[in-house]
Amino acid sequence: MSKRQGSYAAKLKRATHLLFFKRHAKPGVKGWELRKALGSDYPKVLKIMDGYLKNLDLEVKTIFEEGRQVDRPSLEQLDKARFYVALRGELVPKEAKMIGWRIDDFAGLAVTIAYITSKKGKAPREDVEQLLREKLPGWKVGLNIDRYIRYGYLTEDDSGQLYLDWRTRAEVDQKALIDLLLSAETKA
Amino acid sequence: MQSRKAYEKLGREKLQRIIDTCKSVEERALDPFLIDIDSNIGTVKEYFPEWKVPEDLCLDAETLHKIASVVKLQSEWVKHRSTSLYTDPFLLEEKLKRMNKFEIARTFLKAWHPLIEWEQLSLHSLSEAMRYWNSLVPLDERWKETAPTEVAAGSTTREELVRQRILRDQAFSEELEDFWHQLQTAVVERGENGKIRYWDFIGAESYSETVDRAFMTSFLVTYGYATLEIYSLEEETFLVPFEKQIVRSGNIQLVSVPISVSSGDWQKWKRGELK
Repeated sequence: MSKRQGSYAAKLKRATHLLFFKRHAKPGVKGWELRKALGSDYPKVLKIMDGYLKNLDLEVKTIFEEGRQVDRPSLEQLDKARFYVALRGELVPKEAKMIGWRIDDFAGLAVTIAYITSKKGKAPREDVEQLLREKLPGWKVGLNIDRYIRYGYLTEDDSGQLYLDWRTRAEVDQKALIDLLLSAETKA
Repeated sequence: MQSRKAYEKLGREKLQRIIDTCKSVEERALDPFLIDIDSNIGTVKEYFPEWKVPEDLCLDAETLHKIASVVKLQSEWVKHRSTSLYTDPFLLEEKLKRMNKFEIARTFLKAWHPLIEWEQLSLHSLSEAMRYWNSLVPLDERWKETAPTEVAAGSTTREELVRQRILRDQAFSEELEDFWHQLQTAVVERGENGKIRYWDFIGAESYSETVDRAFMTSFLVTYGYATLEIYSLEEETFLVPFEKQIVRSGNIQLVSVPISVSSGDWQKWKRGELK
């Protein structure tokens, strides 16, 4: 192994530790933290890591500030972005149950995210609760919304408005979700 | 005259209705194009010449502000509709209602890529924890009870207590009456029309003395020895001493007026920049 290869192998291990193990209240690592730990070529290290993870159906995900899409990010944008390791493919319902969530919880989250997305990222809590009550028992609706807030999928302001939070931006492909929901109905 | 009053009242009601509608559009995330901006601006224009008192002018300004917020929402709405994320919320809501929860959950799983996060201990963190534990001082050493220091009983004088500001050298009511006379004298010497600017009275050589005077002044006003005249638009505040103490009856609603007496304000007053 050449010296250069050895250096990248060490950086790869360090990057794996940083990205897999939760170090703050939120998972993931900021770009500037990676630069500090791995050096300025950290995007290249992450690219190599992503190649390895692909075989495991995982990926290194980059979420830019405010969740916007950036095609050719600058170093500054990368420094401010947050990097995560996420599932590359999909879970089948059987696997999803292993996470500890009931089918109701997933359905409720899907409805909430889709509804808030369609309302430009903001909707009154009571409207969301009313929509969820159509399919879920009333006592569970409030608890579920509180749980989505606790996990970082949603956030709520003082006036009872719900917004999508960091975990939705990191985990959910909102456009795909809406397209799938609309097309699933068309098929039925 | 009556019809003019009725016309003004109608105008106020119309402006309030516009404000309420704009608010509901903002809060309920309704379609902002439900609001007819031109017609609402027309209403604001129509009644504007009637407004004379500040309350009406404030209502007019608030209406304009709310209309401007709706225009901003309209702009955002157009931007959102032009993005790929736009979906008709009513269409989506209808579709969600028609799907069963299993279909919804299955669909969600196709768009969901959960994050991987481990919270296990590593060998490194264990060794760090051990190092911390070894260097940690036992609780009984950290929380040693400190015995209270014994102080010998002694005697003191009234002058000493006054010097330490535990006692006042005068009863408070006497001090307040002296201060009231100071205000009356100040108005005669430096004031005009029976009043004096607030800062001209409370301002002193040192900041602590200024705060002390502001404190006493607040009691003068509260106990009916003087009153405040506040001109909000000109940002001027005057103190008006009464000839004799006025006892306010219980059915008069009193209001508190917060006045900032910060060090910065005092320095401005010293430089003659604050009136």
